Amino acid sequence: MTVPLGRTRLRPLRAGLAGAIAASAFLLVLVVAAVAPALLTGADPIQTQVLQALRAPSIEHPFGTDQTGRDVFARVVYGTRYSLAIGVLATTIAMTAGLLVGTLAGLAPRVIDGAISRVIEVLMSFPEFLLALLVIAILGPGPVSLVIAISLAAVPVYARVARVQTFTVRRSGYVRAALILGVPKWRSVLRHVVPNTLGPLLVMATIGFGTAIASAAGLSFLGLGPQPPTPGWGLILSEGRNFLGTAWWIAVFPGLVVTVTVISASVLGRFLRARGEGTAA
Amino acid sequence: MRPDPPKRATPGAPVRWLLGRLGGLLLVVWGAATAGFLALTLIPGDPVEVMLGVQAQVSEQLKAQIRADWGLDDPPIARYLQYLGRLATGDLGESYQLRQPVSSVIGQQLPATLQLTALALAFALVLATIATLAARGRRSTRIVSLVELTAVSSPTFWTGLVLIAVFVFQVGWFPIAETGSLRALVLPALTLALPVAGVISQVLRQGLDAASARPFATTAIARGIGGGRLLLRHTLRHAAADSVTLVGYLVGTLIGGAVLVETVFARPGLGRVTLRAIIDRDLPVVLGIILLAAVTFALINLVVDVLYRWIDPRLRTGSVAT
Repeated sequence: MTVPLGRTRLRPLRAGLAGAIAASAFLLVLVVAAVAPALLTGADPIQTQVLQALRAPSIEHPFGTDQTGRDVFARVVYGTRYSLAIGVLATTIAMTAGLLVGTLAGLAPRVIDGAISRVIEVLMSFPEFLLALLVIAILGPGPVSLVIAISLAAVPVYARVARVQTFTVRRSGYVRAALILGVPKWRSVLRHVVPNTLGPLLVMATIGFGTAIASAAGLSFLGLGPQPPTPGWGLILSEGRNFLGTAWWIAVFPGLVVTVTVISASVLGRFLRARGEGTAA
Repeated sequence: MRPDPPKRATPGAPVRWLLGRLGGLLLVVWGAATAGFLALTLIPGDPVEVMLGVQAQVSEQLKAQIRADWGLDDPPIARYLQYLGRLATGDLGESYQLRQPVSSVIGQQLPATLQLTALALAFALVLATIATLAARGRRSTRIVSLVELTAVSSPTFWTGLVLIAVFVFQVGWFPIAETGSLRALVLPALTLALPVAGVISQVLRQGLDAASARPFATTAIARGIGGGRLLLRHTLRHAAADSVTLVGYLVGTLIGGAVLVETVFARPGLGRVTLRAIIDRDLPVVLGIILLAAVTFALINLVVDVLYRWIDPRLRTGSVAT
């Protein structure tokens, strides 16, 4: 058995660092776009200017203009708020619900835990997008069901990790010591189990945030989410679909932003996960 | 560590195992049917209103008539039992909107989607193999993993639109609107294949890396076995065992992706029907498709388990906890 040297262990981390910094920078720009879109563009995302219709990308209009002369870049910038809000909201709900279900399963008697685990297993074998589609099929289309669908679809993943983590923490020495010292069980759950579960879940949520944004864009593209004129990324894309032959930029740029967001989220998430494993080892 | 002495499985064990799995399969299907029925019974909204549409001006009397015809006045328990009874005979009910049996709606659309997903799966396997073989050195591995990440992260519908913009409108290799021919199937299948190929190749490469670090690989190299033979005879088998568990997930990705791809490329198929049914609130069709998906998943997971035992002999003797 060879012992890995410090340097060989560090190298992949340092390689990931540049990517993680770039990813964080992009996500930071998105946050700026969501909070203060006017900082990034002077153009109006709603006002139509028919004379400027279907202009190709240029310095004046970096992403070109759409069929009614609106600046596509401005629309994407202003649309960030909706897409980010849906992503953050859905991820937060999914993580909280997953933490609750997983921790309860980890603490519950064996029969209940077995039943919950079975359900989680079955749900995990479905991809999140399909689950979200099924939830919307039952709830009906709309922005509220969109958020519920995306959150519900992600719950099993978080619940599984929370359950395993709960098991591990409960069996660890210091928790058993605390119980022997007379710390009530509920207190130990709040003070020991939940904080230790939250770390891995937050790392997963970083990656899950990207997935949520992609799912939201896909579902809005299908017309199952918010309706126009809300300038969400998925909707801008679906509007551009009819102009692919004459003005490819309307559909291509919003999709590119979605893709880069998903990549950034997963690069950052993987980096955090690798770092977390490094400190745990 | 001393390895356990190889335990020979008793002759009836594989049969018992299979029967147990088939029982589990029935349980999953029953669970999906019940969950679907519960969800559709509990949600607000009157199916009669859905059937008639928003604008319909229909007397209450006629509505009551329709309700009686469809058996919507019966207590939920009675409807549930009737529903299970019909399911057992393969009757999925009748579509509210299309006024034809759900099974024939699905039957008409299934071939188009099967063609699409089959070709996509073939593309994905070829692309994943190419990516795995291309990732040899340090630099090429980084490039390949970047390509994989992009393929996995790009939303399916966007990839489809980009492919249309480039290959239909700019280069002109494919016709704008054509369905039915194999040529028209290429771009949709490629769109569907890209993310799937990315996932397969990521898992396959990880498995190969892990397997080639194991002692048996070192032993094989020490015996003088070359790279190609090592890959084919030893490490690939271990890597494949990991990838096989992905199959169920991939089939799901293909089904979910088909909804998007069929919409982007305006192709007929099960995905389009699902989308229409969701928007129109055509609940029997939605329920039928959910059940079809559940049965497909349960069957595929069974096949995967069988394959897994075939690839990994340790599972057969019961010396490794499953």
